[in-house]
Amino acid sequence: MPTRLQREAKPDSLLVNMGPSHPAMHGAVRIMLELEGERILNSELEVGYLHRGFEKLCENRTFFNLLIYTDRLNYVSPLINNLGYVMTVEKMLGLEVPERAQYIRVLMSELSRISDHLTCLAAMAMECGAFTVFLYKMKAREFIWDVIEATTGARMTTSYIRIGGVRADLDPDYRPAVQKAILETRKVLKDVHGLLDKNKIFLNRTREIGLMTPENALNWGWTGPALRSTGIAYDVRRAFPYLVYDRLKFDIPTGVRGDNYDRYMVRMKEMEQSLAIVEQCLERLQKSSRPIMAGGIEPADAIHAGRSQKPKEKIRLSPNLEGAEKDITKDILAADGRYVVPPKEDTYTTIEGLISHFKFFMTGQGIRPPKGEAYFSVEGGNGELGYYIVSDGSDKPYRLHLRAPCLHLLAALEELIKGRYVADVIPTFGSMNIILGELDR
Amino acid sequence: MEETKLLDELGKTFPDKILETSSFLGDTAVVIVWDALLDIVNFLRKKPYEFNMLLDLTCVDYQGRSPRFEMVYHVFALAARKRLRIKLAVPDDQPVVDSLTPVWKNANWLEREVYDMFGIRFEGHPDLRRLFMYDGFEGHPLRKDYPLRKRQPLIPLRK
Repeated sequence: MPTRLQREAKPDSLLVNMGPSHPAMHGAVRIMLELEGERILNSELEVGYLHRGFEKLCENRTFFNLLIYTDRLNYVSPLINNLGYVMTVEKMLGLEVPERAQYIRVLMSELSRISDHLTCLAAMAMECGAFTVFLYKMKAREFIWDVIEATTGARMTTSYIRIGGVRADLDPDYRPAVQKAILETRKVLKDVHGLLDKNKIFLNRTREIGLMTPENALNWGWTGPALRSTGIAYDVRRAFPYLVYDRLKFDIPTGVRGDNYDRYMVRMKEMEQSLAIVEQCLERLQKSSRPIMAGGIEPADAIHAGRSQKPKEKIRLSPNLEGAEKDITKDILAADGRYVVPPKEDTYTTIEGLISHFKFFMTGQGIRPPKGEAYFSVEGGNGELGYYIVSDGSDKPYRLHLRAPCLHLLAALEELIKGRYVADVIPTFGSMNIILGELDR
Repeated sequence: MEETKLLDELGKTFPDKILETSSFLGDTAVVIVWDALLDIVNFLRKKPYEFNMLLDLTCVDYQGRSPRFEMVYHVFALAARKRLRIKLAVPDDQPVVDSLTPVWKNANWLEREVYDMFGIRFEGHPDLRRLFMYDGFEGHPLRKDYPLRKRQPLIPLRK
């Protein structure tokens, strides 16, 4: 079937495909362009090359199991995706999360936000020819991902933020690692400001290009840095404070014109604010309570010893459970035993612990939010990341819908590039930070 | 409470169009009759409420219930920082709803997504095509009667 563009194109204009496999189309988007010379008369976007049926999959998994799919949405800031989903379920359950876990969540999601902005601007700058900026920013991102990796065990597929809290306490050496990441990121931001802010090539490709007015941005449903670049200071962290954001000091940077340059600038300034939030979290979080190497007897010996009486010694858990020991869990997980995985020490040694473990993981048991529906959103890297969950009282969501900020941004691209040159597509597309994992779901 | 004021006002202005109002877990919701959508949305967009943003638009398939589908709209008032959920039932035999594209531009893609996933048609939509699935895809994947493991490869799979 011919596409809308093919049907409506003038007979003498040139039709060009940009993507789906194109170095500047982050992921797989196809932009069909109708050109007259180098000017774009019309364009049409095609998405769906990465569609994995996220929502359908989630309807067929339990509330606990589907967490791993949320990692794969916005794969540059998976921790924020985890957070959005987990907090929606917590809203339905009415679950209280310990304060320490809330600070850890804020710390982790701000680090993710920085890595998200760094990736976006790195790619945008590289596509405009500034390869140095790309390398600098990727370097800064590595330090941030070192922190994330040390604590969560993975760089991208973290699944770290769990219903009721977080999976494990912070890495014992997280403090110097975070301080190092802050220092390196500050350095890189300073360098990048110097390299790009008054760079004529960069200015020519971003100033007054991809212009968006505030009214139009609202009409398109834009949120996040893209909306703020038009001058509207809407941030979910401030408008609907969640976790401990109401106790932290941070500004909401805004732009004036809503062009590519303002989107770049808002992201740069937002990273500074995120770094400040990370510093405040460091101040309020005490040392990690996680031991460097957990001592104690082997689980098998503990089971053997537990046959006659409860063992008094600590149990050494497998390394991938480090940071989730029983004496730590009260700080990082909710107290309600129905909704969190019971401590492994209990599961190994007591019959009650074993029963509660099975009750948690058995089909039809475990986390079962009451019948009803809830919408909750957090501030993702690109804007308001919302989850709408309908529960029928069973252990699987009846319907889970994701409000992906990228979809609303990308839908406006056709309008932004109309009448511009082919070369303007690249920085405009780059400044939006389109992450296909989130858009196509 | 401002929410109750808004719900009262809506009930007064559209006495026979509002079927149900509720406030659950801090989410305010109204259930409306299916032909009143554009009127109510245009009313909400005006002062003093100014719900100027369409946050989200989706559909839920309640298989076995009549009417089968339920459209769910989340609208947002930026100045007042208020969200409102609008729901309306859509029957299985005539799945047609008014399109919101004249009011909000992002409704275009969101409605295409719902059409793609649930097969609900939107009257007044300028270009109602599938968004994620390809042309020639059969069925609507997010309907409850679409099997999870059904495959429709474009090219026949190798044995």
